[in-house]
Amino acid sequence: IRRTRSGPYEVLRMCGAGTLHTFVVIWRSVASIAWSVLLLPVTSAVFVLLSRFSLFHPIQWISECTSLLTASSTIFSLVVLCGVVLITGLFNLEFYTLVPSIPCSRMALLGTVLHPRQCVHSLVYCTMGMLVMWCASVTIGGRYSTLGIPCRQSESGEVVTCLNEYHLFLLLAGAFMGYSHSFLGVVQNMYYVSFQPIQQYKYPRFKGCLPMVVKCSVIQSLYSARNFAALYFFFGKIFINLCITLQLYSSLQPLDSLTGLLDFSLLYHLSISGTFLYFTWYLTVLLFRIYVTEAYSFPVQSTFTEDAEQCLPKVLAETNTLVMKFLALQDLALLSQHSLSRRLEVFSLSQPGGHPHNWNAISRECMSLLSELTQRLLAHQDAVASNGRVKSQSAKESNCSRESDFDVSETPRLSVPLRTPGSVFTSSVGGMHSALTAPFTPDVDSPFSSPAIRRLVGQQEPRSPWFGTVQSPHIMRRGPKLWSASTDSSRFTVIPLHGLETPVNSCSCHTLNCSAQVKSFLAKRVLIVYLFNKLPEASSQALFADSQAHIWALQGLSHLVAASFSEDQFGVVQTTLPSILSCLVVLLEAVDRHFKLPHASSKPVRTVCSMGDSTYKTLRFALRAALKTAIYKITTTFGEHLNAVNISTEHRKRLQQFLEFKE
Amino acid sequence: MCSLGVFPAPVTAAQTLFERNNELLSALHPGEHSQACDLPSPQFTRDTLKGHSRPESSSRSVFLDQRDTLWMRSAGAWRDAGLYGLLDEITNSAEEVPRFLAVGSACVLALLRWASSFHGSLFPHLTLSSDEMVAEFSQMLDWSDSALRSFAWHPHTDKFAVALLDDSIKIYKSNSSPTPTLKHRCQRSVCALQWKPLCGSALAVACQSCLLIWHVDPASLSTRPSSGCAQVLSHPGHSPITSIAWSPTGSLLVSASPVDTSMMVWDVAAESAVPLQRVGGGGVTYLSWSPDGSRLLAATPSALFRVWETRMWTCERWPCLKGSCQSACWSPDGGCLLLSMQGERVIYALTFSDLTGINNTYSSPVTACQLLLILKGFSSLSALLNISVGGEVCSLSWDPRGERLAVLLKGRADNHPSVIAVFKTRSSPVFELLPCGFVMGEAGAEPRFMQFHPHFQHGALLTVCWSDGRISHVPFYFSSAGLLGGDSPQQALASNTTNPSSNKLYTEQIS
Repeated sequence: IRRTRSGPYEVLRMCGAGTLHTFVVIWRSVASIAWSVLLLPVTSAVFVLLSRFSLFHPIQWISECTSLLTASSTIFSLVVLCGVVLITGLFNLEFYTLVPSIPCSRMALLGTVLHPRQCVHSLVYCTMGMLVMWCASVTIGGRYSTLGIPCRQSESGEVVTCLNEYHLFLLLAGAFMGYSHSFLGVVQNMYYVSFQPIQQYKYPRFKGCLPMVVKCSVIQSLYSARNFAALYFFFGKIFINLCITLQLYSSLQPLDSLTGLLDFSLLYHLSISGTFLYFTWYLTVLLFRIYVTEAYSFPVQSTFTEDAEQCLPKVLAETNTLVMKFLALQDLALLSQHSLSRRLEVFSLSQPGGHPHNWNAISRECMSLLSELTQRLLAHQDAVASNGRVKSQSAKESNCSRESDFDVSETPRLSVPLRTPGSVFTSSVGGMHSALTAPFTPDVDSPFSSPAIRRLVGQQEPRSPWFGTVQSPHIMRRGPKLWSASTDSSRFTVIPLHGLETPVNSCSCHTLNCSAQVKSFLAKRVLIVYLFNKLPEASSQALFADSQAHIWALQGLSHLVAASFSEDQFGVVQTTLPSILSCLVVLLEAVDRHFKLPHASSKPVRTVCSMGDSTYKTLRFALRAALKTAIYKITTTFGEHLNAVNISTEHRKRLQQFLEFKE
Repeated sequence: MCSLGVFPAPVTAAQTLFERNNELLSALHPGEHSQACDLPSPQFTRDTLKGHSRPESSSRSVFLDQRDTLWMRSAGAWRDAGLYGLLDEITNSAEEVPRFLAVGSACVLALLRWASSFHGSLFPHLTLSSDEMVAEFSQMLDWSDSALRSFAWHPHTDKFAVALLDDSIKIYKSNSSPTPTLKHRCQRSVCALQWKPLCGSALAVACQSCLLIWHVDPASLSTRPSSGCAQVLSHPGHSPITSIAWSPTGSLLVSASPVDTSMMVWDVAAESAVPLQRVGGGGVTYLSWSPDGSRLLAATPSALFRVWETRMWTCERWPCLKGSCQSACWSPDGGCLLLSMQGERVIYALTFSDLTGINNTYSSPVTACQLLLILKGFSSLSALLNISVGGEVCSLSWDPRGERLAVLLKGRADNHPSVIAVFKTRSSPVFELLPCGFVMGEAGAEPRFMQFHPHFQHGALLTVCWSDGRISHVPFYFSSAGLLGGDSPQQALASNTTNPSSNKLYTEQIS
């Protein structure tokens, strides 16, 4: 808990150093927490009504509930629940991410789950789950109300304190649900915040999402109740004997028997309390998402120089706080479509001097984002194409080139005929760079960083400090994965390739022998293969993990350029038109080539109802569609005038395809 | 107020070919060649197209009745017809189940039926079957009987898609390239088609159970694109889909179903949907996006329609009218909306004042919903043929330049056919409607559906689907009064703001 409390302070410190804008995020999260606290009495009242429900005594039911709602124990429970909501909200602020971390193998996922930070998270959620369940059991009352109850021992007749198993059952269920919430949070990327394709006011959006949240919490609670009941059936008695010295209250049915568990009222109360628990947490997450993703309007330019930091061009270039960059890009996309007056500000010239600073800054930032994506895609394709060749030297090379080598090992068919021996060394260099650029390492260390964006801007040296810092233990352990996977993938005809390669590099013959032995040993272990085998599509998803930014950049650029056809009085945009067009066409070629890779164009499975947001799985398709629409937007607006724009012949050919609507 | 008697009545009931010199000329005029433009005009007859004769569930009657165990029958009933079927099955096999179960299920069933009939009495359209609902709310007149089910022009090229009775879709291009036929397992009872704007290939199809997005590569020579080219979008409770609308920027797709009170805003590439729910009205039947993308009309089966603004997605309710909104069309600048109501011979106009979007307020002040036109009376077309026309307004279509308005008037019994009346329109300085004439088909053919070509060079081109399965094109040759040669609203705007002679790129002027 101490760690979570430090979350906002860290953010505040960053504000002092960086920009005022982070206050936006803090205020928004504070508002969302406040709303979740305000909604707590309502959900508690509903919970009380449902938990005390009796069909045949409606009047008694209502009167009991009203008296219970004003009781002091309920007020105390509410205070405890407020504390829980507060901590949940702080965790949301601390853990939320705009760029999901996508593990590329089950081992990486396991590493994320076992990461110390995640362990603390799980521990806190277990505690909070127990707290909520304690409140719930106190509220339900009856046989659930206390942990110890006085009982009379059978032989001596004296009164001692016995353990109330019903209460314990609910408490343990709370801990279990807390852990499963924390675990599913990692697996389903619960803390990934995605932006909606349309803008809505907060209240209608909340209202629209509420049924989904209720449904999710009910389903999740039923699943958890089932799992927990099974767990308790097998291990309940062992746990009680190990941990608790109190004697069980013997007059009741023991709960780890079938008859004890198949008690309808018990299961009903378990699932109702579980629903209440999940609903409280999900509601906090939902409110946080709604508040954080709300559009924020930045001024395009300011008359005062001290406000210049808050203007759109400056914030776009921001790299410290990713969320502000995202909000700025969203604002750019919105203003380019909806606001004539702000577009005119973008196209305007600076007052003394007459330079189009606004447009230059905005277009430069968008184009650098897009060309950075192009670089990333090209590097990935190079890595794929250079498959197999790097492998022969891999025993001596850095961990990371093996990594690149591995992620490629699924596509040897494609690459083998393409490569000539002369290109071995260049391709291996390319492979090393691509390993740097491929954001396969799940970044769990910083809440605000985009692992993708920052890491990929520059091509770093292989021995740069970055290697030591970010490579967490679970990534180091990926070493064997590569070998095992490459032998494992003999169905992909990698083995004959090895046979060709080995004599070439006779110097590394010895290490190869060793590695071959290790490989063959590991490959036989099914568990290891299972853990280290690469998840299909994961590399594609990871490449496009932050593509929402690129989509907005594309929308913003294309709409601004299209609007400039009639609104740009000074010809500000048309000077950059050739570079924008070539940037888009180059990106389109890279994206087209990427979609020819295996697994790149396969659609992910639809997830059933869950709070985790899975929009990141389809971002690459969204990016491709947005890119084509952007080019069409420009070509349809400019039409034949594009022939006057100075671009290279191949690009002109490609654009001609768009002009004839043949894409 | 306008009487159809004002219309210039054609002398004979022959097929109208085109308009020239403010005159609609028919095939019988001497010296006119039969085909005015080189667009394909295919004809489909009902005989050549086999629809599926009966629904799947009725195939049971072919087989011998066999008694399964109660469990098997219950499972089957649950799978086929859900909760209703299960309860029905239990109630019917009362001798095999415990008495309390049979009585309980009978009670629950009765309760459910009562509730649904109550719901149905509030919203009568909910009692219709899925096919009847599609036929009721489709823009195609007489949908269930027609060989053509739906039609859509591509917004940028000379290419159109036709949905046919046998649930296939054919795509025709202007040149004699192969015509791809699209078939898919889920493609049943196609109610609406729309091409994605700013895209060469994507076609959205509203089907009975789902929404299909076909990606038909324009460069491909294949005549049967595989069903792998289609994306299936579905949402529980959101079927049958009767109307779809792409946003003019091509980024969003909205779909509507008469049984679902929420309309879905799809991000098609990401296959994710945001439901926008408003309970009143009991469903959404018709959608139309304004050409500038700022507003969206959503009609409900009740006497209520909504106009959404698409920036923050808030809506205005318009409950004041008598019948449900049947059809609507936007003016090219998005400032005026024409509506027709069910059972009325009236066109209403809705004008929106904040066209420019300079002010950042999200409210959209609507000045008034005014009665634009009452199409009174019957015009007797020809004394010899003894035919008279006039009736309820079923469909409206406005050409992209805003110069011609086509109105499809529903017919009645004999000698009272459906007919298309065409008006000349002018929006500045004051809104004006002048009668232009009737568009006639070949003898015995009635119009079922019409749509203007989105970018015809020499005026306007109306494409009409006839009851005999023919698709014909009627060009209207005229020179634009206000605007010079802009074929999209934006270009029109551009040529308005700058002098057309200097309408060149900055870089062009330098070089």
